[in-house]
Amino acid sequence: MNLRLEPRTDTPRWFPATATIGALVVAFILSGFIIWLVGGDPIRSFTHIMVAAFGSVGVISDTLVKATPLILTGLACSLAFRMHLWNIGAEGQFLLGAWGASAVVLVPILPAGTPAIVVIPVMMLAGAAAGGAWGFIPGILRARLGVSEIITTLMLNYVALFWIQYWVFGPWSEGGFQQTRPFPPEAWLPRLTDLAAAFPVLGGLTVHLGLIFGILAATIMWVALERTRWGYEIRLIGDSPSAARYAGIDIGRKIVVVFVISGALAGLGGMSEVGGVVHKLQDQISPGYGFTAIIIAYLARFGPFRVIVASILFGALILAGREIQPSGVPAMIQGIILFALIGSDVLIRYRIRFDRHLATA
Amino acid sequence: MTTAAPVPALEARGIVKTFPGVVANDHVDFDLRTGEIHALLGENGAGKSTLMNILAGLYRPDSGELRLDGRPIVFGSPREAIAAGLGMVHQHFTLVPSQTVTENVLLGLSKPRFWLRAGRSEEQIGRLSAKFGLRVDPRAKIWQLSVGEQQRVEILKLLYREARILIMDEPTAVLAPQEINELFRTLRSMTADGRSIVFISHKLGEVMAIADRITVMRRGVVTAAGIAVADTSRADLARRMVGREIIDVLERTPFQPGPVVLAVRDVTADNDRGLTALRGVSMDVRAGEIVGIAAVAGNGQNELAEVITALRPSRGSVTIGGTEVANRPVAIAIREGVAHVPEDRTGVGTSPNLSVADNLIMKRYHDAPIAHGWFVDDAAARGIAQGLKDEYDIAAPSIDTEARLLSGGNIQRLIFAREIDTGPRVMVAVHPTRGLDVGAIEAVHRVLLERRQAGTAILLISEDLDEILALADRVDVMYEGRIVGSFPVADADIGTIGLLMTGGTAADADPATPTDATATSAGR
Repeated sequence: MNLRLEPRTDTPRWFPATATIGALVVAFILSGFIIWLVGGDPIRSFTHIMVAAFGSVGVISDTLVKATPLILTGLACSLAFRMHLWNIGAEGQFLLGAWGASAVVLVPILPAGTPAIVVIPVMMLAGAAAGGAWGFIPGILRARLGVSEIITTLMLNYVALFWIQYWVFGPWSEGGFQQTRPFPPEAWLPRLTDLAAAFPVLGGLTVHLGLIFGILAATIMWVALERTRWGYEIRLIGDSPSAARYAGIDIGRKIVVVFVISGALAGLGGMSEVGGVVHKLQDQISPGYGFTAIIIAYLARFGPFRVIVASILFGALILAGREIQPSGVPAMIQGIILFALIGSDVLIRYRIRFDRHLATA
Repeated sequence: MTTAAPVPALEARGIVKTFPGVVANDHVDFDLRTGEIHALLGENGAGKSTLMNILAGLYRPDSGELRLDGRPIVFGSPREAIAAGLGMVHQHFTLVPSQTVTENVLLGLSKPRFWLRAGRSEEQIGRLSAKFGLRVDPRAKIWQLSVGEQQRVEILKLLYREARILIMDEPTAVLAPQEINELFRTLRSMTADGRSIVFISHKLGEVMAIADRITVMRRGVVTAAGIAVADTSRADLARRMVGREIIDVLERTPFQPGPVVLAVRDVTADNDRGLTALRGVSMDVRAGEIVGIAAVAGNGQNELAEVITALRPSRGSVTIGGTEVANRPVAIAIREGVAHVPEDRTGVGTSPNLSVADNLIMKRYHDAPIAHGWFVDDAAARGIAQGLKDEYDIAAPSIDTEARLLSGGNIQRLIFAREIDTGPRVMVAVHPTRGLDVGAIEAVHRVLLERRQAGTAILLISEDLDEILALADRVDVMYEGRIVGSFPVADADIGTIGLLMTGGTAADADPATPTDATATSAGR
């Protein structure tokens, strides 16, 4: 018997979504199998993950906090991937965004005591600008010189990490520790728990304004992609650059613009993380959000609202996985999900045929 | 062919092959006698290629039977087919450009097992090419060869593998008239040697000239099974192909040229490989004029089209109504009214995974009424797309259908609809009817003549000389990046043009001995 792949000529509308969900199911079954192999109880593990991530209002809030940076970096990747720009540098752009936002407080760009209503917008701008600048570099190199953005974005991640380390070990170090001094409260993004005085039920809920940034960004991105000339151009370039050029679109310019926006989104994610959660800059602010974002973008098939859903799933995995095992299991599940997704892509593009013929010649 | 009822060399009985939503072959019968040239004629999408791919082992039929010399056989792969003596020359060649002819012929063979004794193989290949008139140097690298020579290498590959049955998929599409004559001589010498040939084509004249028998397919069904050429006529074949009479002669209004709209001056440009493709081309196209470029594939005609449409950098000048467009953003050429029907319809002319509607608005999405500032007015876009789909008869389930699911003829209708909708001053049409069926070709010709009537300056690049002579007001012949001759169509002689296309000079032409190609040309 022979296994053969034939390109699909007609993919039903429902098929990609089904394949994605199928991939998730397969990934969880495989993960469960591995957990079982090493002597764990898969059912209990997954139940535990569910409870730890969604079991109460408090943990749901924690899940959303974890999902927030993933949403913004996931959107960053989705936007670039739509144009077939393989920006795998969301991690670096996230770090630069965190650095840019921190600079507002630590340089300081605004004098101490400036009210939050001014500090936070300026931090947002600075974070987005720094992330955007980090996206501009691979964008212009790709557009002008044809340099592979995969290589440049990957390498710039390390540059960004060392850049952060320089600042937290050096100029901004607090007493020689690898972190900066804590930000003043004006530089903290408002959290639900801040309203506990008026609504006691919100006490302890750490969901912060960054989640709103994420939802707003997803909405704006959806409108831009689906309803504007710009979105039409992105779709056209993503599907067929030669057709886009033929239609009179300046592809080089679009590459740079998309990279800057992608970087700015990831940078905003970095800003939201330092402003909403960590409240200082340290070299370990990202456990690899920018890399997880790649998986999220794929899981969401580059749809802005689907990015939110996928980010919550991964937020849950990161949060609850930690209760099972500090790093092994959650990372493994993420990896298996990515593999299953890539595998399901083959199913979307091809149908599998089983040939039962006997060679005659 | 000595007995009264010889066993066919190859026989297909009741072949059924379905693809999702289409019956490509519906109980097709086909038989190939030893030593004959059997033409398979049909529009694109008629199921010719499906049938041949089944015969050559690329597809497996859903039902039906193949017999080779009377014995039932199932091919699992092209390799098994060739081992049984059956090979196919595809339209797109499968040669390694950096290797020699001999190396390409030997590629994939299990012997010589390890040590290439090039000398001996070269000798064998030389003998084969001499025997069948396949002139090609066994030591030449593929990239040095013309398209016609490369085709000979493909045939040599099959002969070297001792193929007794050759399937030729539209072999004349890339050839100049003289090369077609040589190919026909080769085919005849192969059948004289006892080999059998399936000749796939949709050119009636050619089929009448070369085939012994003809099978016609239409929408997956055989409409004429193995009729002898003597028993049929072009009109009869055309009717069986399209199911109605087609008009062979186009109605043309008198030529009333307007002012020069497109002026090309001293243009030089490189091709994709960095080699000089255009060497100082100058030409004019006037409003209401169709200028046809006659050239064998790869002589700079495609590069010329890309320079005019601003897709390819160049030196020299291209003006549209006085405005320079070469070497500037493509958007400027579009704004100046340059419409472009590109050679590559699925890679350049359409975006395959976008909808018909998205493809139809490709050149006007940035203007009102589709654009509202930054936004796209979906209702307006869909309304315009639906209107164009209806007006140009684009057969698709809806305007939301992805363009890649359309047939070749309908993709071309879509491209023409969009390009004409911009109200072009200049239209560059590159191989506009290549691979289309008779009905779609007729539609394209009608549209081009309508545009001419409306005063558009049209540059028609085609490999079908008959088409150029039928449509154009003037013929420019290109050879190796130069325009080597320019004739008003009334003075154009197909023999002279053929010679110029292949590097000869007008002085070489001897009008007293018309070539076979002249005899097969369309009735004008």
